[in-house]
Amino acid sequence: MAEYLIKNGFVFDPVLGIRGDAADIAIKDGKIVETSAVKSPKVIDAAGKTVMAGGVDIHAHVAGPKVNIGRNFRPEDKLFNCKPGHGIERMQGGFSVPTTIRTGYDYAHMGYTTVMEAAMPPLYARHTHEEMRDTPILDQGAYPVFGNNWFVLEYLKNHEIENTAAYIAWLLRATKGYAVKVVNPGGTEAWAWGLNCENIHDPVPYFDITPAQIVKGLIEANEYLGLPHSMHVHANNLGTPGNYQTTLDTFKLSEGIKPNSKFGRDQVMHHTHVQFHSYGGEGFNFESKAPEIMDYVNTHDNITIDLGCVTLDETTTMTADGPFEHHLTELNHLKWANADVELETAAGVVPFVYSANNKANAVQWCIGLELGLLAKDFMRVFLTTDHPNAGPFIRYPRIMKWLMSQEARDQQFDAFKHKDKVIEATNLAGMDRELDLYEIAQMTRAGPAKSLGLAHMYGGLAPGLDGDVAIFDFNPNEPYAPDDIEKAFGNARHLFKSGVQVISDHEIASNGNKRTLWVNAKVNENPQVMRDVKEKFLRYYTVTLNNYEVAGHHYVPNPYVIEVDATQ
Amino acid sequence: METVTLTMKDQPGLYLEADSITPDAFAGKKAEEIVDLPVYTGREQHRLGDFFEVSGTAGATPAETKIVVNGDISRVKYIGMKMTDGEVVANGNADMYVGAWMQGGKITVNGNVDAFAGTGMKGGEIIINGNAGNYLGAAYRGDWRGMAGGKIVVKGNAGSDLGTFMTGGEIVVGGDVDVHVATHAEGGKIVIKGNAKRRLGGQMVEGEIYVFGNIDVMMPGFAYREDVDVEVDGVKGRFALYEGDLGERHRKRKGQAIYAKLYQLVGA
Repeated sequence: MAEYLIKNGFVFDPVLGIRGDAADIAIKDGKIVETSAVKSPKVIDAAGKTVMAGGVDIHAHVAGPKVNIGRNFRPEDKLFNCKPGHGIERMQGGFSVPTTIRTGYDYAHMGYTTVMEAAMPPLYARHTHEEMRDTPILDQGAYPVFGNNWFVLEYLKNHEIENTAAYIAWLLRATKGYAVKVVNPGGTEAWAWGLNCENIHDPVPYFDITPAQIVKGLIEANEYLGLPHSMHVHANNLGTPGNYQTTLDTFKLSEGIKPNSKFGRDQVMHHTHVQFHSYGGEGFNFESKAPEIMDYVNTHDNITIDLGCVTLDETTTMTADGPFEHHLTELNHLKWANADVELETAAGVVPFVYSANNKANAVQWCIGLELGLLAKDFMRVFLTTDHPNAGPFIRYPRIMKWLMSQEARDQQFDAFKHKDKVIEATNLAGMDRELDLYEIAQMTRAGPAKSLGLAHMYGGLAPGLDGDVAIFDFNPNEPYAPDDIEKAFGNARHLFKSGVQVISDHEIASNGNKRTLWVNAKVNENPQVMRDVKEKFLRYYTVTLNNYEVAGHHYVPNPYVIEVDATQ
Repeated sequence: METVTLTMKDQPGLYLEADSITPDAFAGKKAEEIVDLPVYTGREQHRLGDFFEVSGTAGATPAETKIVVNGDISRVKYIGMKMTDGEVVANGNADMYVGAWMQGGKITVNGNVDAFAGTGMKGGEIIINGNAGNYLGAAYRGDWRGMAGGKIVVKGNAGSDLGTFMTGGEIVVGGDVDVHVATHAEGGKIVIKGNAKRRLGGQMVEGEIYVFGNIDVMMPGFAYREDVDVEVDGVKGRFALYEGDLGERHRKRKGQAIYAKLYQLVGA
């Protein structure tokens, strides 16, 4: 493989602790190496530019059946934005639910190289893998959903952690999954009865288990296995005014549990898109509770979060939180898709327009940014939009701009129709904090890589890590306008993925060599769980086990397997 | 007002996507610049001049520009798309998307138009001196934002699905219409001077439909209220007023639910 030497860039790397000093970065055989290890490298002049590791997205909905429902039922999302293929670049289309090809390219243009699909219905794991396979450049993994799965509900009702762990290990292997995802624990199953679980002690119909038991049990099972990532939760009551209490209650379920993982993470719970879970007040008088939420996060080391920032765009919401999507369609009267996934989960999809003229949407915008600006440890607080729920991922550079510039935030405040009411319901207008690029690199690279248990591969520029390097046309030592941030970080000059130059002078130069990450957890033989699996497939599933498993080259042509030994 | 005349010289093998035939794209250009505007057949890009003779000069602004299109344009799509001002006269039968997302100005078609004319139209005027195809003044596929303003007048008949997701503006059809009128509409006005078939106002929330002729089957979601005297498009008459679609949500004004209104002429 070619050797590269990226010379004289302003490097921002939390792993090496470099805060914008000029430094050289060398790449050889797909990895970062000491600069002395390259003999006749191709030299990339990065003088006056910013150099960071490839970005790592811990939570986005980019592949699988509900993304595809979004694509199918929103042809208007592709209106006027399709781009024909040319050269090695393939045809692209879509805005909030882009094609797989555009997903890969747009992330690459932002300097991202690893993206995790945040919710994979196990029954449709094959579809999810086919879409990830067709997403160029990016390394990806997918989180199967467990929080409303009948096996899990039955085992955890009796607190059977070993059986739950054995089932998780089996399902991760069967679906080639990466982590344990929980969406509206118990509430999505309750939705099959037309109900919901509105707090962590609200029992699930029939199963008679509470969300608290599900979340705590899954954390324990996750640590029993010692998986790379922690349990990854979207708590109950998303989007409801007053829900911050449920969020704090959910956070507290992690207390007293210690991480058991040889992959270097320190948390036992990742709570996603916290913006949607930080609301106080009631009804139309809802308000920001970001300070209360961040007080907790800042003082508790065993949780990590991502923001879920609202970007004020027209987008497509999609979640396994079935009852929430029904609530949304009742609110905006736009089209609604609803799906039940047998014994496992459900999903809903509704288009949504976040408008600067709408007070509630503006308050949501404030809350997402407040969470970021109130953070004390950016190795535990990550930048996301819950793509595409709070906004499309292509807006990450715009969120960076808002986090890095009070002037940019003030411009947005001035564009709000109900500016005064928004300021009254939030805290953002009084915040003058401006994040720097080192903190941004923590939020978008080193932090999520560590939380995922992938700090040995991604998130930094230390020798031995993967050769994922982004170079941006941004000189942090020269004066700049806020929009320069958005422009530079939305359009990387060069990008290397596993040592391959995938972007050269802003153009796609290679479709890369994408890998699918999955976790193979070995556990003691568990005849009971295997008998339960066989029986459930015989009695309830519409497919047989043979048509369920994700196997073979077709689905995962380039796997990267992370082995975990939980036998004891 | 300056006039540019386009005359078809070479029929495209496939359909020609010519969204550059607008006063906005032409304004400020001479004929030799206009021939270089891009058009598409399939996935290939061509020049407007590959298919049309271009003569005349455009005005300095769209408002001062008139475009006359001559010849067999039955394979030409998107004439006048997104135009904001000025005038287009198409002498012949045009293909789909005439005046789609139009914001202002005037289009006259001396012939028929195929489907999706006036899709998502916001303003301006489209006069069709022949018949219109399906989805006249409707929303783009999947979209919930149909015709919002402006006026479409069809001398002949119109096809199915006119005014789908309409929120404003006016459509007047001189002849008959096919099934599905104002489906999902939340505003606007549709006048049908001939006969209608079935499914008028299905899932309609707000807006008005006037029918001068017969309706084959009335939607069960519409209820007869009373006979009223109304003047519409210069015609005074007695109309039976129906309100619906009763199966839908309806906003309230001063405690009264606002329904979509369907008027059918019962006597002069």
